Amino acid sequence: MIRFDNVSKRYATGHEGLSNTSFAIEEGQMAFLTGHSGAGKSTLLRLIGCLERPTRGQVWVNDRNLNKLSNSQIPYHRRDVGMIFQDHRLLHDRTVFDNVALPLVVAGASPNEIKRRVNAALDKVGLLHKERSMPLTLSGGEQQRVGIARAVVSKPKVLLADEPTGNLDPELSKEIMELFMEFNRVGVTLLIATHDIALILSMSQRIIKLDKGRIVADGWARK
Amino acid sequence: MKSKTRNEKPNFISIWAMRHAQTAVTALGRLLLNPLSNGMTLAVIAIAIALPTTLYVMIDNVRGLSDEWQGASSISLFLKTDIDETQARAIAQRVAALDSVANTQLITKAQALEEFKERSGFGAALDLLKDNPLPNVIVITPNEASSTPMAAKQLLSQLKTLREVDSAQLDLEWVQRLEAITDLFIRGVLVLAALLGAGVLLIVGNTIRLEVQHRHSEIEIMKLVGATDRFIRRPFLYEGLWYGLLGGIAALIMSIIALWLLSGPVEQISGLYNSNFALDWLSGEAFLLVFFGSPLLGLGGALLALIRHLRMIQPD
Repeated sequence: MIRFDNVSKRYATGHEGLSNTSFAIEEGQMAFLTGHSGAGKSTLLRLIGCLERPTRGQVWVNDRNLNKLSNSQIPYHRRDVGMIFQDHRLLHDRTVFDNVALPLVVAGASPNEIKRRVNAALDKVGLLHKERSMPLTLSGGEQQRVGIARAVVSKPKVLLADEPTGNLDPELSKEIMELFMEFNRVGVTLLIATHDIALILSMSQRIIKLDKGRIVADGWARK
Repeated sequence: MKSKTRNEKPNFISIWAMRHAQTAVTALGRLLLNPLSNGMTLAVIAIAIALPTTLYVMIDNVRGLSDEWQGASSISLFLKTDIDETQARAIAQRVAALDSVANTQLITKAQALEEFKERSGFGAALDLLKDNPLPNVIVITPNEASSTPMAAKQLLSQLKTLREVDSAQLDLEWVQRLEAITDLFIRGVLVLAALLGAGVLLIVGNTIRLEVQHRHSEIEIMKLVGATDRFIRRPFLYEGLWYGLLGGIAALIMSIIALWLLSGPVEQISGLYNSNFALDWLSGEAFLLVFFGSPLLGLGGALLALIRHLRMIQPD
């Protein structure tokens, strides 16, 4: 589902975000990405979402070579990849419903379909009763769940999360992780960047560890 | 239940049309949401459009006036001094019979002298003259077809060849000068209109540019969830369109008010000149040009801003 072939990313500042990285994540797999901040986790996710282009090597997502994607094709690629951020990236002047509906509106779905799917997504994250609320009136955990609902509303095959539990207490973090596990169970491929080692060690999933832009460990955690 | 809702699904084109209508209305709402600053922008646009429009209408009126005068141009035929009144009358009738002449009027030596005495104030001095030094004059009004400068000149040269005629004069030159001046002004207004049109383009462009900057994070998020550039551009284009359209309508209202304010004095002046000239309103073409041209200017301004600034916003 996701494959990196000798991918390097060097920024204009000379900083090397990723150097010569290769790995693959099969369809329906779930993996954690760990490492210190600056180890290249975000760079890796940004390459998958095509927010950036690699300097060298090839990135494949969903059997699609992202290097061959023209700028005008990028939006369509992003519709297949749900992205979740530490800072949620919600629109604060729109209701929860409208925030979650955004990917569908952008893709030109019909009003009926939007209503049906948004309700389903909000139901999944347990926020159906908050659809008319404004994001800023919600707690951090709730805002993150709105972000998750937005990422899954268009049923992408791939879900990326960048420090989704960064600002949450352990209890809420666990809830969020369980939510991710649920998506994984219905076949969504997940890649989650986090430095919350304690949390991921308790989940017995694949862990890819990055350091200074290189993969230094890749394997399954065992309790 | 489910199959029913699927059957009710509107087709692709109606979704597309609805989405456009929705975007247009939302853009209008956004514009009206901030009446003070957006109103000010609209006023600037309206004035920039109203100024050349009003000037154009006024100059077009002057041009119409000179056309009218040209139509009323006349030829004065000064007969030789040895032609007496009966001969003069016969010549007047002969000339009146010409195809290109509408009518003729004979001003005899005696009439001319009377008039001259009255108007010049030299009455007593003129009484001292033994003979009347003035010639008989025939004033000729060409018919409509011969009222154009070219035809009138042709008629003039034809009349000059008459044996009894001493000299002939076409009272047209000053009309032509006036026409040349109005043509110059029309060109000036067109140049002004082009400059102010470019101004409108830049005003709308700058407004949209600020709006894009203001909604920077929203655009970023839309790009993150897979919005195409076209989708992101659309509301801004509608906003530019609305600026142009509302500015154009306001400009038309301004022009009409300005012309209405001017029409009173103009009628007063033309009354003093025994003319029934009244100010013409905006012509149909000018109205349509403003009505459809202004939204296009707004759209162009928005496009100008978007081409440069939308690309610069990339999610990070």
